[in-house]
Amino acid sequence: MRKEFAETVEKIALADKKTVFLTGDLGFMALENVRKAMGGRFINAGVCEQNMVSVAASLAMEGLKPLCYSIAPFAVFRPCEQIRNDVCLHNLDVKIIGNGGGYGYGIMGASHHALEDIALLSSFQHMKCFIPLCNEDVETVVSRAVNRIGPAYIRLGYGLKPSDMSIPAYSGARRLLRGSGITLLALGPVALNVFEAARDYKGAVDFFAVSEMPLEDAQPVIDSVKTTGRLLVVEEHVKRGGLGEYICELLVRQRLSPFFAHRYAKGYHKGYGSQKYHQLCDGLDAGSLKTLIGEMLSSLT
Amino acid sequence: MMNANPGKDWRGLETVRKDAILKMLRMYRDANAGHIGASLSCMEILLYLHFSRMTPDDKFILSKGHAAAALYCVLNQRGKLSDEALASFYRDGTSLAAHPPCDKSADGIIFGTGSLGHGLSLSAGLYLSRKFTGRHFNAYTVLSEGDCNEGSTWEAALFAAQHDMSGLFAIVDNNGLQGFGKSREVLNLEPLEKKWAAFNFDVEIASDGHDFRCLDAAFAALAARGGRRPKCLIAKTIKGHGLSFMENRLESHYLPLSGEQYKTAVKEIEESYAQRIR
Repeated sequence: MRKEFAETVEKIALADKKTVFLTGDLGFMALENVRKAMGGRFINAGVCEQNMVSVAASLAMEGLKPLCYSIAPFAVFRPCEQIRNDVCLHNLDVKIIGNGGGYGYGIMGASHHALEDIALLSSFQHMKCFIPLCNEDVETVVSRAVNRIGPAYIRLGYGLKPSDMSIPAYSGARRLLRGSGITLLALGPVALNVFEAARDYKGAVDFFAVSEMPLEDAQPVIDSVKTTGRLLVVEEHVKRGGLGEYICELLVRQRLSPFFAHRYAKGYHKGYGSQKYHQLCDGLDAGSLKTLIGEMLSSLT
Repeated sequence: MMNANPGKDWRGLETVRKDAILKMLRMYRDANAGHIGASLSCMEILLYLHFSRMTPDDKFILSKGHAAAALYCVLNQRGKLSDEALASFYRDGTSLAAHPPCDKSADGIIFGTGSLGHGLSLSAGLYLSRKFTGRHFNAYTVLSEGDCNEGSTWEAALFAAQHDMSGLFAIVDNNGLQGFGKSREVLNLEPLEKKWAAFNFDVEIASDGHDFRCLDAAFAALAARGGRRPKCLIAKTIKGHGLSFMENRLESHYLPLSGEQYKTAVKEIEESYAQRIR
């Protein structure tokens, strides 16, 4: 999604001179055009993420619109307190962009993965997290985040969708397949694996791709669960504080207790590898998910 | 509420100082609160900046947010914070907690602080914004030695120098004590002057950070340097300054005033005022 992100930032920056882009010394082979287009409004802040975020908070305090970019773990975990104190507690218009969320940086290893970012940031006051499904979402998501006054986090990932997959207009939770057997929710680009797994079960799977946390309008999802009585949540994120727990809380409030299955990122129990390897280890690949969906559907009969 | 503006009328500023400290001591007594030593350590620095140094457009960040009571009283003397607001210090529902608020409720407090190591970055960001907004101001930050323990402060120092922030002033309240020990024994910052200079700051030392003339001379020397470097003033101070039972004592960071101590404190501040204006 980096290419789409860079193209979008270029457009936004040209249209709005208040946009300031800060990077923590990352963007090689991706942000050169942004740097060229923005001139002095493109700032390489160095490998100093804490300072970068506080600087961005002050720029926002003075009426500017800063975007802070790094790879997801560096953008979120290192400057966590600066995001909480300087940005969120002051409800400032700072956007944090983390590339390669989840296992996105694969063989780079655990330091370069971000499996807990949504849990952390979605718990902060005023913060909204955006997790685009696919490359085609990026322009809409970035524009939405930028046009929303207040802090936002955008988790970019690998979002190449199948050429024959059509997606409806963007919303926080989009129905990609309609069915009555099980309700299926997936967060961000891992939903593309889910789509591959679920496409052969047409009519049986009510499938929503979720791209925002907290999810403001979850009513279609709740209505679906009421019908199916079965829920599968898939996310490339740890169990705690992710989409699964978030939906469970909403369902409990509705006094709903569906059959519940959860596939999530479990961390490092079988060494390191590519993003696909980690997805396979955690049952987040299309093959494993297809088997699980089949089992859940067969238990209906 | 006073609205004095003594400029370089040091005698007038001494009166403001006495009033501010007496109000602050009463606030601390009423709240049964600590951090008194840290506030007394930087009171004169804050007064000097707000009454004699900064223009209305200049920006100020109290990085050592635990000295908030001193800032509140200085802003009160400056006419920016009411007596009613001061009376709410530490009370449930107040904006004036032990550390500066994030709710923009106080004129003169741009950012809430309290966790050390944020102030210099916030100042650097404010200063950087000039480049895009065309506004003109200087940015002042008061830091503790605890602030100088934090890596983020040195990230900010690198950034400020990289971006030629000649109007950014870092003022280090150099009292030699921090949260749980003497600074030299906890995490030795010396040679502090050389450290800031090595980070490409112009550095001056105020040998008595409680003396307005000394502070003024040090700032004048910094301003005379010109050039593109950011500025650092290391103010030699005394934690708990002005109170015989608090000066240079670690416990002045935490402990509140007893009734007897309060009476002694008021007496000592009034006596010192008489000496300071002599």
